[in-house]
Amino acid sequence: MSRRRVVVTGMGLVSPLGTNLDDSWQGILAGRSGVAPIEGFDTSAFTTRFGAQVKGFEVEDYMPRKDARKMDLFIQYGMAAAIQAISDSGLETTEDNADRIGCAIGSGIGGLPMIEKNHESLQKGGPRKISPFFVPGSIINMISGNLAIRFGFRGPNIAITTACTSGTHNIGYSARTIAYGDADVMVCGGAEAASTPLGLGGFAAARALSTRNDDPQTASRPWDKDRDGFVLGDGAGVLVLEEYEHAKARGAKIYAELTGFGMSDDAYHMTLPPEDGRGAAAAMRNAIRDAGFNADVISYINAHGTSTPAGDLAESRAVESVMGAASKVAVSSTKSMIGHLLGAAGAVEAVFCILAIRDQVAPPTINLENPQEGCNLDYVPKEARQMKIDHALTNSFGFGGTNGSLIFSKV
Amino acid sequence: MSTIEERVKKIVAEQLGVKEGEIQNSSSFVEDLGADSLDTVELVMALEEEFETEIPDEEAEKITTVQEAMDYVTANQ
Repeated sequence: MSRRRVVVTGMGLVSPLGTNLDDSWQGILAGRSGVAPIEGFDTSAFTTRFGAQVKGFEVEDYMPRKDARKMDLFIQYGMAAAIQAISDSGLETTEDNADRIGCAIGSGIGGLPMIEKNHESLQKGGPRKISPFFVPGSIINMISGNLAIRFGFRGPNIAITTACTSGTHNIGYSARTIAYGDADVMVCGGAEAASTPLGLGGFAAARALSTRNDDPQTASRPWDKDRDGFVLGDGAGVLVLEEYEHAKARGAKIYAELTGFGMSDDAYHMTLPPEDGRGAAAAMRNAIRDAGFNADVISYINAHGTSTPAGDLAESRAVESVMGAASKVAVSSTKSMIGHLLGAAGAVEAVFCILAIRDQVAPPTINLENPQEGCNLDYVPKEARQMKIDHALTNSFGFGGTNGSLIFSKV
Repeated sequence: MSTIEERVKKIVAEQLGVKEGEIQNSSSFVEDLGADSLDTVELVMALEEEFETEIPDEEAEKITTVQEAMDYVTANQ
């Protein structure tokens, strides 16, 4: 029996460049930066005082405020992106299909704001002051859980958490779930809202963040010789994945096919990649093998490209080892504009890959002035580029050395 | 200064997401105003905060309507 094909029939975004798909994508194509000083708490004691937060998000566009109070911000972002994606797909839940629709939306960190708030309540007023909604409002599987309740999706319900690879793993897992026959439709992706004192302070303590406080909009500069760390970002990305015949039968709009998924681990260090990027290369090779075609058909790669000194170089070497040193593949990092959305990154960047295929345009890497020695690829510097893209690959790598790659193809 | 009735109804409206005009003294939190068991726990916490009091669990369980909340607060001011 041939493998069931998996296609993308809906997408939703909440990003530092906009609270929906179109605004975010227009921002990307224009090369805009979504980075700004962090709002919501006093950052004066922090070594990094900027980030890529979401602006202008109105949760009441998606649910009553009473319900929103029971969901930490990452859940609200995830719900919003999922509601957009489901609406975009035109999918209707019925008694006949409800058992065949599932959810897999994760997060790298989860509900930091509620953890911080309830810990403060505990310190000040004792255990009686902990909210009854603290646990269900902050744990990572509650985007998937709340979506199932809202839409009646009775199929597989899960949330994979693998740091900054979470979004990619949830999408890849969902494709497998459909291909294997456990579901016909999966609503999948990732969400994050970790721009809080603990989140900012924690990543700063790990020496992972850029400290370019005097010029935040140029702080995320993947592959540039003056890069000094990533920019913390918030938001969510969600895809509706659907079995191909199921999508065709209901006349759904098909954006692209998910043709490949690969995973690996560096088995090396908690936060650093090996210099040759061998784990990243393994994930890409596994995805290409899964897709069943030669690497040279891939014309665009949305890189993990976080703007960290070690990570960018290792990924560049990994791409060279997979694609060949003479490869003309276009490789860009949309993190140059939206920062690093951690557990949402892979899902948001999957959306950008699919839109790149739809519009036949490679997003730019902004702020790339002087590529570091050893970074020899075509990084689409500064401006988006119209080009033929039939197959696009996207990478995500996370703490723990966990790697994931997805390939999307024109249908 | 608002009356106890106004303050209780304001909190009930905020916590349960209902309009103050829809709240009767006889309204049951669960049956009339759509609260679930966790909503009522949080509602009692909000009343404690507003009236700077502590409502023991065995007393909190008996507060199921707006009138019962007002009576408790009045008796324990």
